[in-house]
Amino acid sequence: MTTQAPVIDRATVRKVARLARIRTTEAEEETLTGELNKILAMVSELNAVDTTGVEPLTSVIDMALPRRADEVSDGNCQEQILANAPEATAGFFVVPKVVE
Amino acid sequence: MTKLTDLTIAAALDGLKKKDFTAEELVTEHVRTAEAARALNCFITETFDDAIEDAKDSDARRQGKKEGVLDGIPIGMKDLFCTEGVETTAASKILKGFKPVYESTVSQKLKDAGTISLGKLNLDEFAMGSSNGTSAFGGVINPWRSTKHPEKDLVPGGSSGGSSAAVAARIIMGATGTDTGGSIRQPAAFCGITGIKPTYGRCSRWGVVAFASSLDQPGAFGKDVRDSALLLGAMAGYDPKDSTSVNLPVPDYTAGLGKSLKGLKVGVPKEYRVEGTNDEIVAWWDKGIQMMKDAGAEIVDVSLPHTKYALATYYIVAPAECSSNLARYDGVRFGLRVEGDNLIDTYEKTRAEGFGREVKRRILIGTYVLSAGYYDAYYNQARRVRKLIWQDFINAYQQCDVLLTPTAPTAAFGTTENTTDPVTMYLNDLFTIPASMAGMPGISVPVGLNNEGLPIGLQLLGKPFEEGALLQAAFALEQQAQFNALPQYVTARAA
Repeated sequence: MTTQAPVIDRATVRKVARLARIRTTEAEEETLTGELNKILAMVSELNAVDTTGVEPLTSVIDMALPRRADEVSDGNCQEQILANAPEATAGFFVVPKVVE
Repeated sequence: MTKLTDLTIAAALDGLKKKDFTAEELVTEHVRTAEAARALNCFITETFDDAIEDAKDSDARRQGKKEGVLDGIPIGMKDLFCTEGVETTAASKILKGFKPVYESTVSQKLKDAGTISLGKLNLDEFAMGSSNGTSAFGGVINPWRSTKHPEKDLVPGGSSGGSSAAVAARIIMGATGTDTGGSIRQPAAFCGITGIKPTYGRCSRWGVVAFASSLDQPGAFGKDVRDSALLLGAMAGYDPKDSTSVNLPVPDYTAGLGKSLKGLKVGVPKEYRVEGTNDEIVAWWDKGIQMMKDAGAEIVDVSLPHTKYALATYYIVAPAECSSNLARYDGVRFGLRVEGDNLIDTYEKTRAEGFGREVKRRILIGTYVLSAGYYDAYYNQARRVRKLIWQDFINAYQQCDVLLTPTAPTAAFGTTENTTDPVTMYLNDLFTIPASMAGMPGISVPVGLNNEGLPIGLQLLGKPFEEGALLQAAFALEQQAQFNALPQYVTARAA
């Protein structure tokens, strides 16, 4: 089976950038459209590979994820967690107002 | 007289033991060399003063016979490893000023072994790149120069370009790196040194800034195979804090060095003979095959039929994981924040300002291939092909013990080359990506110079968790090749 890679247009690039929470200018979207289409054209060759019956690989090492004891461990390190915050107050991260 | 910066780690340990010199002398000599080499831009953060203090502690430990296995050895940390209290940037504007409150497992293990870090080494932003050109702190200059175009600055490879350039320029004796698609092996080849990426799961990823978690793996750079083995031995090992770290004992990686290759089968995969590979590199590959034969190994032709799909698979899987991993940079908990009108505006402005172009491209590709409607066509298809690539290696290893290939399709190129089209840059990792997709260990060993006097590396790939056999084969190749050329930067300094 061979299918053409869906070519993305500027509107799609803009939408994806919104999903990724990256602000883009029109000029950037224009450049990105060209670049992303080149990359998508390159990766589209995978459509030619017959993968019938092949399980997707999740991990290269054959092991089950280890389990830990189900215990509360907040680490007791609130200060360290907040140490690099651009803005913190009274033990919390501070963000712009979310609810009007 | 041999300068202290010329020594290998193995020779320096010997000298320290015999009291020929102190760790303070050894470290000070490297710090002086590093200070004089700032033009190469190897470091993002220098910790020279701390290093000299640490060296005094090292001498005290040795005096009290409490030294670690690599005590007093000056090294550098790729600036992707979190280091407690020392700025860790991943070469990104978005992490500028970030001082981790904890130490990565690998850097802690190296500290425990007594190594002394001179600082944090430059890299491509978030390890995404093959030239070091995407660093927000400017690119690194390769200490090697073309004899035909000596005026031209060359790239050190990437993403661990600061690591490879600093070891090649003899600023440090060894360095850490991380390899997601070739980020240790390709820069090692470009800089004429040795770089090993162990099996996925061999070294802990805890405290390593994540790029593509199913591929990222820490590894080491050394002047030669033995030094790489010594460093890897100190870095490797099970870590309960990394759920993909494998609980296997770490053998003495130097134990097999120098042992005969009799009975060892070296596979030569025909799919690595691809158009576009530089003729001289192909010629050196053929010479390398002969060298392995001369060293007593048996050469076997093997086939890895899905090799040609590895690059495409990588450029779906790695961006997909990158888009998830880099979602954490939101201007709330650490790093840069650009204030917006509301929370989403803050996120968008912060990420627009904080990430460079290549990182944005990869986040967008990843977001796209994971988005509704494309997830199965792109992401799941890539994971299925990845399974086939992995199976190719497992099948090949039924017939041979290691594989021999070129490391990169070209030697080091100019800092202004390969920058216009992202896909051209991606081709640099053509030979290193398949083993990354399969999690196999790999090492690049310098074997010779091209007609411009630039180093060429060959890649050996091994079976999972058999780094010992891989290093044994690499040591034999090194012995045969007798590569001892030095970068112009080092020879000019000596003159």
